[in-house]
Amino acid sequence: MDNILKLKYDVDGDDFTRAGEASASVKKTLKKMGVPADIIRKAAIALYEGEINMVIHADGGEIEVDISSNKIIMILKDKGKGIENIELAMQEGYSTAPDEVRSLGFGAGMGLPNMKKYSDEMRIESTLNIGTTVYMTVCIS
Amino acid sequence: MNLSDVKNIIDCQVIFGEDRLDREIHTACGSDMMSDVLAFVKDQSILLTGLVNPQVIRTADMMDMVCIVFVRGKQPDEAMIQLAQERDIVLMSTSHRMFTACGLLWENGLRGGN
Repeated sequence: MDNILKLKYDVDGDDFTRAGEASASVKKTLKKMGVPADIIRKAAIALYEGEINMVIHADGGEIEVDISSNKIIMILKDKGKGIENIELAMQEGYSTAPDEVRSLGFGAGMGLPNMKKYSDEMRIESTLNIGTTVYMTVCIS
Repeated sequence: MNLSDVKNIIDCQVIFGEDRLDREIHTACGSDMMSDVLAFVKDQSILLTGLVNPQVIRTADMMDMVCIVFVRGKQPDEAMIQLAQERDIVLMSTSHRMFTACGLLWENGLRGGN
């Protein structure tokens, strides 16, 4: 049987300066496990964008990361307002982020496209006013 | 080109990592939008930015960038410097504006990568 390492993080929705701590921790763990650098980067960037999204749009949430020998599965779950039109949200440049987020370097409508770009598989489940769950898989081999 | 060359070309003040300036760099990226930085992976790269907040350090870390140059003389705060130390990312500041800083580095052979 393939051993699975499970990591869990609570993402604080109030503190934008701390957004990215979960991604940094996952990156460090993958490095210790000897995962190739290009794979680590894909997973770390995808998760980082997701984490930023949770803080910007959903007042935080939970992240679960399952690492096995051949893949990294990342599940980001929030109880935010949900995504009205997922297809539209996936378009580069489309953003509903408030202006103050843009002054922080995000909210350019690249978050979800970047997450899709760096993950080998991505699925979004979203219900308006209930929340959003994003499933991302990055293959190791 | 190494970080010492960058320092000389755009007259940088080194904020953290004076002893790490022998690091080789191959490409650079100039942006205030972190998601744009995250969209294109480059190897052994530096980031030039006018944005000063902890997400700049985190973005550079995710991209395995070796150095951040703040343009227009901007200065990171203590928390950012500490974050950069933990992640072993060199921090420098130049009084040049973004366009000029990028132009000078380009003129000296540094490119943006694919």
